[in-house]
Amino acid sequence: MNVHDFLYYIILPILSVSSLLVFVRFFKGPSIIDRVVALDLLITIGIGIIAIYSILSDKPTFLDISLVLALIAFLGSVAFAYYLEKRNKNE
Amino acid sequence: MNDILVYITSGLGALFVLLAAIGTLRMPDQYLRISVNTKAATLGVGLLLTAAALFFLDLSVTTRVIAVIIFIFITAPVSAHLIGRTSYFIGNKLWENSYIDDLKGKYNKSTHELKGINQREDNEEETEEKS
Repeated sequence: MNVHDFLYYIILPILSVSSLLVFVRFFKGPSIIDRVVALDLLITIGIGIIAIYSILSDKPTFLDISLVLALIAFLGSVAFAYYLEKRNKNE
Repeated sequence: MNDILVYITSGLGALFVLLAAIGTLRMPDQYLRISVNTKAATLGVGLLLTAAALFFLDLSVTTRVIAVIIFIFITAPVSAHLIGRTSYFIGNKLWENSYIDDLKGKYNKSTHELKGINQREDNEEETEEKS
Protein backbone atom coordinates (compact mmCIF):
# COMPACT_ATOMS: atom_id res chain seq x y z
CA MET A 1 0.00 0.00 0.00
CA ASN A 2 1.69 3.18 -1.13
CA VAL A 3 0.83 6.77 -0.32
CA HIS A 4 -1.55 7.06 -3.25
CA ASP A 5 -3.69 4.10 -2.16
CA PHE A 6 -3.66 5.25 1.48
CA LEU A 7 -4.93 8.71 0.55
CA TYR A 8 -7.43 7.38 -1.97
CA TYR A 9 -9.01 4.61 0.12
CA ILE A 10 -8.72 5.94 3.69
CA ILE A 11 -8.25 9.71 3.92
CA LEU A 12 -10.67 10.84 1.21
CA PRO A 13 -13.57 8.63 2.49
CA ILE A 14 -13.04 10.00 6.02
CA LEU A 15 -13.20 13.57 4.71
CA SER A 16 -16.30 12.76 2.65
CA VAL A 17 -18.08 11.22 5.64
CA SER A 18 -17.24 14.22 7.79
CA SER A 19 -18.56 16.65 5.17
CA LEU A 20 -21.79 14.56 5.02
CA LEU A 21 -22.13 14.84 8.81
CA VAL A 22 -21.71 18.60 8.58
CA PHE A 23 -24.36 18.67 5.84
CA VAL A 24 -26.78 16.99 8.25
CA ARG A 25 -26.19 19.83 10.72
CA PHE A 26 -26.53 22.34 7.88
CA PHE A 27 -30.02 21.11 7.02
CA LYS A 28 -31.12 20.41 10.59
CA GLY A 29 -29.71 23.49 12.33
CA PRO A 30 -32.38 25.10 14.53
CA SER A 31 -31.18 28.67 14.04
CA ILE A 32 -29.35 30.52 11.29
CA ILE A 33 -26.16 30.73 13.35
CA ASP A 34 -25.82 26.94 13.16
CA ARG A 35 -26.09 27.11 9.38
CA VAL A 36 -23.41 29.80 9.12
CA VAL A 37 -21.06 27.77 11.31
CA ALA A 38 -21.75 24.60 9.31
CA LEU A 39 -21.07 26.45 6.04
CA ASP A 40 -17.77 27.71 7.43
CA LEU A 41 -16.78 24.18 8.44
CA LEU A 42 -17.81 22.83 5.01
CA ILE A 43 -15.49 25.24 3.23
CA THR A 44 -12.70 24.38 5.68
CA ILE A 45 -13.13 20.66 4.93
CA GLY A 46 -13.08 21.59 1.23
CA ILE A 47 -9.63 23.12 1.71
CA GLY A 48 -8.43 19.82 3.19
CA ILE A 49 -9.94 17.85 0.30
CA ILE A 50 -8.19 20.15 -2.18
CA ALA A 51 -4.87 19.56 -0.41
CA ILE A 52 -5.29 15.77 -0.60
CA TYR A 53 -6.50 15.95 -4.21
CA SER A 54 -3.48 17.96 -5.25
CA ILE A 55 -1.29 15.14 -3.90
CA LEU A 56 -3.35 12.51 -5.73
CA SER A 57 -3.35 14.27 -9.09
CA ASP A 58 0.26 15.48 -8.61
CA LYS A 59 -0.64 19.08 -9.46
CA PRO A 60 0.40 21.56 -6.75
CA THR A 61 -1.36 24.36 -8.65
CA PHE A 62 -4.61 23.37 -6.94
CA LEU A 63 -3.29 24.77 -3.67
CA ASP A 64 -3.90 28.31 -4.98
CA ILE A 65 -7.62 27.59 -4.96
CA SER A 66 -7.44 26.65 -1.28
CA LEU A 67 -6.09 30.14 -0.49
CA VAL A 68 -9.02 31.72 -2.34
CA LEU A 69 -11.47 29.42 -0.53
CA ALA A 70 -10.04 30.37 2.86
CA LEU A 71 -10.51 34.04 2.00
CA ILE A 72 -14.11 33.43 0.89
CA ALA A 73 -14.91 31.49 4.07
CA PHE A 74 -13.60 34.27 6.29
CA LEU A 75 -15.37 37.05 4.38
CA GLY A 76 -18.60 35.06 4.28
CA SER A 77 -18.78 34.43 8.00
CA VAL A 78 -17.81 38.02 8.84
CA ALA A 79 -20.50 39.37 6.50
CA PHE A 80 -23.11 37.00 7.94
CA ALA A 81 -22.23 38.04 11.49
CA TYR A 82 -22.36 41.75 10.62
CA TYR A 83 -25.68 41.70 8.80
CA LEU A 84 -27.42 39.31 11.20
CA GLU A 85 -26.62 41.67 14.05
CA LYS A 86 -27.85 44.66 12.04
CA ARG A 87 -31.10 42.95 11.07
CA ASN A 88 -31.78 42.24 14.71
CA LYS A 89 -31.21 45.88 15.60
CA ASN A 90 -33.59 47.27 13.01
CA GLU A 91 -36.54 45.14 14.03
CA MET B 1 10.86 8.27 5.75
CA ASN B 2 9.08 11.03 3.91
CA ASP B 3 6.17 8.71 3.13
CA ILE B 4 5.82 7.83 6.80
CA LEU B 5 5.52 11.52 7.68
CA VAL B 6 2.85 11.95 5.00
CA TYR B 7 0.95 8.95 6.46
CA ILE B 8 1.09 10.37 9.99
CA THR B 9 0.16 13.97 9.20
CA SER B 10 -2.64 13.16 6.77
CA GLY B 11 -4.08 10.50 9.09
CA LEU B 12 -4.07 12.82 12.10
CA GLY B 13 -5.55 15.64 10.01
CA ALA B 14 -8.39 13.48 8.73
CA LEU B 15 -9.04 12.27 12.29
CA PHE B 16 -9.28 15.84 13.61
CA VAL B 17 -11.60 16.87 10.78
CA LEU B 18 -13.82 13.86 11.51
CA LEU B 19 -13.90 14.78 15.21
CA ALA B 20 -14.88 18.35 14.30
CA ALA B 21 -17.72 17.06 12.12
CA ILE B 22 -19.00 14.71 14.83
CA GLY B 23 -18.79 17.53 17.36
CA THR B 24 -20.74 19.83 15.07
CA LEU B 25 -23.45 17.21 14.80
CA ARG B 26 -23.62 16.15 18.45
CA MET B 27 -22.88 19.20 20.62
CA PRO B 28 -25.97 20.52 22.42
CA ASP B 29 -25.31 24.25 22.09
CA GLN B 30 -24.28 26.74 19.43
CA TYR B 31 -21.40 28.13 21.45
CA LEU B 32 -19.95 24.65 22.01
CA ARG B 33 -20.35 23.94 18.29
CA ILE B 34 -18.45 27.11 17.39
CA SER B 35 -15.68 26.10 19.81
CA VAL B 36 -15.37 22.60 18.31
CA ASN B 37 -15.28 24.03 14.80
CA THR B 38 -12.54 26.50 15.47
CA LYS B 39 -10.18 24.23 17.36
CA ALA B 40 -10.46 20.86 15.67
CA ALA B 41 -11.06 21.93 12.08
CA THR B 42 -8.22 24.43 12.07
CA LEU B 43 -5.74 21.88 13.39
CA GLY B 44 -7.01 19.18 11.03
CA VAL B 45 -6.79 21.30 7.90
CA GLY B 46 -3.37 22.56 8.96
CA LEU B 47 -2.14 18.97 9.24
CA LEU B 48 -3.63 18.04 5.85
CA LEU B 49 -1.89 20.98 4.19
CA THR B 50 1.34 20.01 5.94
CA ALA B 51 0.97 16.55 4.41
CA ALA B 52 0.79 18.15 0.95
CA ALA B 53 3.92 20.22 1.67
CA LEU B 54 5.79 17.13 2.90
CA PHE B 55 4.76 15.14 -0.16
CA PHE B 56 5.93 17.67 -2.75
CA LEU B 57 9.03 18.99 -0.90
CA ASP B 58 9.22 22.01 -3.16
CA LEU B 59 9.95 25.59 -2.14
CA SER B 60 7.03 27.20 -3.97
CA VAL B 61 4.53 24.62 -2.66
CA THR B 62 5.84 24.98 0.88
CA THR B 63 5.53 28.77 0.87
CA ARG B 64 1.99 28.51 -0.49
CA VAL B 65 1.04 25.99 2.17
CA ILE B 66 2.54 28.13 4.93
CA ALA B 67 0.61 31.15 3.65
CA VAL B 68 -2.68 29.22 3.72
CA ILE B 69 -1.97 27.85 7.22
CA ILE B 70 -1.10 31.27 8.63
CA PHE B 71 -4.18 32.78 7.03
CA ILE B 72 -6.46 30.09 8.51
CA PHE B 73 -4.83 30.35 11.93
CA ILE B 74 -5.37 34.12 11.96
CA THR B 75 -8.90 34.27 10.57
CA ALA B 76 -10.60 31.28 12.22
CA PRO B 77 -10.64 32.72 15.79
CA VAL B 78 -11.77 36.12 14.49
CA SER B 79 -14.74 34.72 12.60
CA ALA B 80 -15.66 32.41 15.48
CA HIS B 81 -15.60 35.33 17.90
CA LEU B 82 -17.77 37.45 15.60
CA ILE B 83 -20.34 34.70 15.11
CA GLY B 84 -20.47 33.93 18.82
CA ARG B 85 -20.96 37.61 19.58
CA THR B 86 -23.79 37.88 17.05
CA SER B 87 -25.37 34.74 18.46
CA TYR B 88 -25.32 36.25 21.94
CA PHE B 89 -26.87 39.51 20.73
CA ILE B 90 -29.62 37.78 18.76
CA GLY B 91 -30.61 36.20 22.04
CA ASN B 92 -29.77 32.53 21.74
CA LYS B 93 -29.82 30.79 25.08
CA LEU B 94 -26.88 28.89 26.52
CA TRP B 95 -27.12 25.15 27.10
CA GLU B 96 -29.03 24.41 30.30
CA ASN B 97 -26.06 22.72 31.97
CA SER B 98 -23.56 25.51 31.26
CA TYR B 99 -24.09 27.91 34.11
CA ILE B 100 -21.37 30.57 33.76
CA ASP B 101 -22.53 33.65 31.85
CA ASP B 102 -20.28 36.57 32.69
CA LEU B 103 -22.12 39.08 30.51
CA LYS B 104 -25.53 38.41 32.05
CA GLY B 105 -27.09 41.70 33.16
CA LYS B 106 -23.91 43.67 32.50
CA TYR B 107 -24.30 44.34 28.82
CA ASN B 108 -26.51 46.83 27.07
CA LYS B 109 -27.50 45.02 23.91
CA SER B 110 -28.75 48.05 21.99
CA THR B 111 -25.81 50.41 22.60
CA HIS B 112 -23.12 47.66 22.95
CA GLU B 113 -21.71 49.11 26.16
CA LEU B 114 -20.37 47.20 29.11
CA LYS B 115 -21.85 48.35 32.35
CA GLY B 116 -19.12 48.13 34.95
CA ILE B 117 -19.70 48.78 38.63
CA ASN B 118 -18.21 52.30 38.55
CA GLN B 119 -20.22 53.31 35.54
CA ARG B 120 -23.44 52.15 37.16
CA GLU B 121 -22.70 54.30 40.23
CA ASP B 122 -22.03 57.27 37.96
CA ASN B 123 -25.35 56.81 36.26
CA GLU B 124 -27.14 56.65 39.61
CA GLU B 125 -25.45 59.88 40.73
CA GLU B 126 -26.45 61.58 37.51
CA THR B 127 -30.07 60.58 37.93
CA GLU B 128 -30.00 61.78 41.54
CA GLU B 129 -28.62 65.15 40.47
CA LYS B 130 -31.25 65.48 37.80
CA SER B 131 -34.06 64.66 40.18
